[in-house]
Amino acid sequence: MNEANISFSSLMIASLLVFVSLLFSYFQKLKLEKEILVSVLRAVVQLIAVGYVLQYIFGLENPLFTTLFVLLMTFNASHNAAKRGKGIRNGLLISFVSIGAGTGATLAVLVASGAIRYVPNQIIPVGGMIISNAMVALGLCYRQITADFQSRRDEIETKLSLGADILPSSIEIIRDSIRTGMVPTIDSAKTLGIVSLPGMMTGLILAGTSPVQAVRYQIMVTFMLLSTTAVSSFLACYLCYRGFFNDRKQLL
Amino acid sequence: MTPQIAFHKVFYRSGEKAILKDLSLEIFPGDYISVVGPSGSGKSTFLKLCCHLISPTEGSILINGADVMKLDPAELRKKIGYCFQTPVLFGRTVEDNLSYPYRIRNRKMDGGRVNKLFSLFQMDPDYLKHEIVNLSGGEKQRIALIRSLLFQPEVLLLDEATSALDPENTLIVERVIRTLNQDGVTVLWITHNPEQSRKYAGRLLAIENGEIKSMEALK
Ligand SMILES: Nc1ncnc2c1ncn2[C@@H]1O[C@H](COP(=O)(O)OP(=O)(O)OP(=O)(O)O)[C@@H](O)[C@H]1O
Ligand SMILES: [Mg+2]
Repeated sequence: MNEANISFSSLMIASLLVFVSLLFSYFQKLKLEKEILVSVLRAVVQLIAVGYVLQYIFGLENPLFTTLFVLLMTFNASHNAAKRGKGIRNGLLISFVSIGAGTGATLAVLVASGAIRYVPNQIIPVGGMIISNAMVALGLCYRQITADFQSRRDEIETKLSLGADILPSSIEIIRDSIRTGMVPTIDSAKTLGIVSLPGMMTGLILAGTSPVQAVRYQIMVTFMLLSTTAVSSFLACYLCYRGFFNDRKQLL
Repeated sequence: MTPQIAFHKVFYRSGEKAILKDLSLEIFPGDYISVVGPSGSGKSTFLKLCCHLISPTEGSILINGADVMKLDPAELRKKIGYCFQTPVLFGRTVEDNLSYPYRIRNRKMDGGRVNKLFSLFQMDPDYLKHEIVNLSGGEKQRIALIRSLLFQPEVLLLDEATSALDPENTLIVERVIRTLNQDGVTVLWITHNPEQSRKYAGRLLAIENGEIKSMEALK
């Protein structure tokens, strides 16, 4: 087997690649040098830290710890998603519930079907992929729903004035927003293998897994990302639309 | 007699600005009131308060003697027809709009009622299948009016409902509204047209600078 095995020295040489982007930024006056350096340093520090933490947790083989770690990831993702939806009332809580439910449902199916086992070195990386995908989806949902509640005010007020309750007056907006959250995941599923070899599959192949085996994992990943974005986007949009109204069923 | 709509010292503020100040008036079932006043005086805001799309920031509004803040907003609005200054049609076709009031009541569209209204406004029933993007301003205005009349309202709020219509269609709409009023529908009609404001109305409400300038009995 021809596994890639990265030594410390080859990493050092690879770090020269950072200078390429630095040089570009400098000569093109992009003024991104500081940001590039900060982001690279953050990436290195965060990844090293997480590497050690994971190694430790994987060694523990403790389901409670694994669950806590997944919850922590969910919280961080919710925090990030909520920042995308500044106009959303209770954004953090709604994001946590939505991402949590989407992740929980998907992990439950994966574990129940025997695709993965409830051990840290399977649950945590898989959970991480699901959670970050849901986070991106929610960010898109929030942007769409806040923009629509601004630009389609007259339409909503017209429906309210006809005697519609708040749900029927905003259902079109809710649907559009769920769609917006799901489309990137659907699109990337469509082009898998044609446009992109996803990171996870690339990683498996680099680590020596046969492409045929790696593809099976990728199929599983595609399914789980689809189900999670669906559940999370749906929940988030249905939970947050109320926040655009007061208790007199008036648009805020 | 209990007023159908009563304003008691109503203020409406948005931020620092008082858009409506100290409004007190009583409207009785079957009233026909023209609302006039310069641009930005607060006429549309007044109608929005009547339909409870906004709540007064001070003072109280009573509907048939009951505090509006204690009524179910959706049920209340079902009894009040409101045509916006700029009509908003949604969905794809005219039918999407005319079936909406039925859908929110979990009912099937009543084709007979729809056709009757089309004929009242002397419009072709074919309009039902028209796409809203192809409608003229005047057509949109009348469709929006029909939409708020499918279930006969107790109160009809009109915000410059004939602003996009030719003289002939304006006459048609004025007559339909007068007939409705004679059937007992209370009408509040904002208009910039002096002739229209005095034609059929029983009272003329002038708003200026967010305040009632005068309430004049006509005829
Ligand atoms: N939601 C709002 N926030 C802030 N200001 C508002 C709001 N709605 C209306 N206004 C302001 O309140 C004033 C009255 O507005 P309104 O639409 O009631 O006037 P109007 O009498 O209907 O005028 P027009 O004849 O031009 O339709 C205007 O100065 C308007 O800019
Ligand atoms: Mg107006």
